[in-house]
Amino acid sequence: MWFPGNFRRHPPLDWAETLKKNIMEKKTTILNLTEEEFVHPGNRACSGCGLSIIYRIGLKALGRNTILVVPPSCLTVLQGLYPVASTQLPCVNVTFASTGAAATGVRGAMRALKKENVNVVAWAGDGGTADIGIQALSGACERGEDIIYICYDNEAYMNTGVQRSGTTPQGVLTTTTPIKGKLQEKKDVPAIIAAHGIGYVATASAAYPLDFYDKVKKATTLSGPRYIHVHTPCPPGWSFDSRYTIKVGKLAVKSGLFDLYEIENGEFKLTGESKRLVGKDKPPVNDYFNSQGRFKSLDEEMVKKVQAQVDAKWAGYDA
Amino acid sequence: MHIIESGNVAAATGVKLSRAQVIAAYPITPQTPLTEKLSEFVESGEFEAEYIPVESEHSAMGVCIAASTAGARAFTATSANGLLYMSEQLHWAVGARLPLVMCVANRGIGAPWTVWNDQQDSMSQRDAGWIQLYANDHQQIIDTVIKAFLLAQTVSIPVMVCYDGYLLSHTYMPFDQPDQGDVDSFLPTFSPENFLNPEDPGNFNPVTLPDVRPGVDGKMEPGYIEIRHNLHHDLRSSIEVYGEIDSEYEEKFGRGGNPFIEKYKCEDAEFVAVCIGSLSYQLRDVIDIMRDSGTRVGVMGVQMYRPFPDEAIADALSGKKCVIVFEKALSYGNQGPLYGDIKSALYCSDDKPPIHNYILGLGGREIRTQHLLDALTDSCGSPETFGDTPRWIGLKL
Repeated sequence: MWFPGNFRRHPPLDWAETLKKNIMEKKTTILNLTEEEFVHPGNRACSGCGLSIIYRIGLKALGRNTILVVPPSCLTVLQGLYPVASTQLPCVNVTFASTGAAATGVRGAMRALKKENVNVVAWAGDGGTADIGIQALSGACERGEDIIYICYDNEAYMNTGVQRSGTTPQGVLTTTTPIKGKLQEKKDVPAIIAAHGIGYVATASAAYPLDFYDKVKKATTLSGPRYIHVHTPCPPGWSFDSRYTIKVGKLAVKSGLFDLYEIENGEFKLTGESKRLVGKDKPPVNDYFNSQGRFKSLDEEMVKKVQAQVDAKWAGYDA
Repeated sequence: MHIIESGNVAAATGVKLSRAQVIAAYPITPQTPLTEKLSEFVESGEFEAEYIPVESEHSAMGVCIAASTAGARAFTATSANGLLYMSEQLHWAVGARLPLVMCVANRGIGAPWTVWNDQQDSMSQRDAGWIQLYANDHQQIIDTVIKAFLLAQTVSIPVMVCYDGYLLSHTYMPFDQPDQGDVDSFLPTFSPENFLNPEDPGNFNPVTLPDVRPGVDGKMEPGYIEIRHNLHHDLRSSIEVYGEIDSEYEEKFGRGGNPFIEKYKCEDAEFVAVCIGSLSYQLRDVIDIMRDSGTRVGVMGVQMYRPFPDEAIADALSGKKCVIVFEKALSYGNQGPLYGDIKSALYCSDDKPPIHNYILGLGGREIRTQHLLDALTDSCGSPETFGDTPRWIGLKL
């Protein structure tokens, strides 16, 4: 896999300044991140897996008093093959379409058994969330279930070999959109979930794990349905070298394609790197497209269209 | 205490007496009054349970699966297409070895739509691995629900309690409602050894491999085929377990003694009609009429259909002049499912009777007693003349 030289054109973050700012804002930093690990070293994820990063970080934020609900996904594989598991938290693997219902059931049992202070956390992929699982998730949100739902969005069915999903962006080559690329636009799942009027919806990126950590941590302090949608680069599925997971993830955010935000009690605010981008020049989306093989069927017109969409969106943020 | 209520309320009362802790359900006719009653019990504070009004049957079973894995006693109920929508989850619940109980108010399956009774819905799920018990009247519904919870948690296999939609679900009959104290002493609290527990974490229902595999402690753990073998083994053992549970129930509540099949005038019978559900009580009238005219005939209602109590059935039917199987279900392109199972149970018998198969009542077509009498008279008059092709009763082609 190649990586374009022009990627390095953009100046690196000023780490010292960011660190200082984070400490001022009481954000978690690499200096005060909890040391306790809940994912054993070594798991079955591919090298460079974005999920592997956020799963480790997310479980740190959730802590020991947590029950996980996992439908079929790369995470099922990451967790290991019976009788070995890579996770130190209790987990129930459930059918593909039932994640939201199963989390409901665990919470129901916790209430019935008077075990109130347990985090009940569903962790599903984009196919399991945007497509086959959206009914059960919508039901759980409408009922106001006291659960955290984390969707790691690697923008296709990666576990079955890169088939298009509802969140695959337009133009992306997958094994079921092999020539023209996906014809339709990406489904905006966080917006759909936010439309349920739940108290907390956030987006995050595997390239900004500490921002994700803080959002998960915040979610654990709230109640009711809480939804976090995490952009999760996938080296084999997106066709880039596994050492570039963080760079590709950051470029999605910095180019303004994928935004980091929180919607708390209906109030939208950009967070982290996206907040810092307000009013600033951003690298063109084409840099992001060129960083991966999956966008290679995009023509100039499509790139222009996406750039125009991103510019219009950010014009709104900047205002 | 005796009350007069519908079959659905009998079921709901059984669930309340069994102290189910998590109930999830989605409305479908003719199950709906059962879940309405349960939500009323819970909302009024009369029954302490979590009632979760889910958005589909698939989710109803999803909630029950997760709640049970977390250590709560869980219940749901459905009918027809709702049961089929759950089908994937039924298999999952069995594989996960969860002691769920589900009522199925039997109804025909679309297309075309029908809301009326037959037994195609639960019959179509017979190979999922659930234990299937069928009740013939309201008393049996409430008693079977209570016994089902004990059976399920004794063998760690889910149990379906089936009863005829409308014919039982919506009709009113007097039945005895057991005392809560007696039920509590019969049915101990559900306290599983393994459950979702942050203090003793486990990864439930993970990916298994085709072969056995050592754990971190070096101990060999089963592969998929061993796990499935053990399920089948435990299902077969649950025949005996249910017999014991039924005896205990009879001792405590004075009702029972026929856990697998309920016989009526079968002892001296030369001919035996066999069916599932409330039809066996309707057939009693026909048996009485035929006995009055000198035909020695009896009827047998099958109450445990999966696991199939083949020994009890072979014992009861071996040596008869003819066995006549009436069914409200069909294995399309073959025969009635019960007919095939009875034939198989009798295969090793030294004295195999001829067996006839009648299909009737699909989609709620009225089963007229005259039609049953005609069919039975026909079969008893010429036991040797039937082939393997099922005959249809009441067809108006």
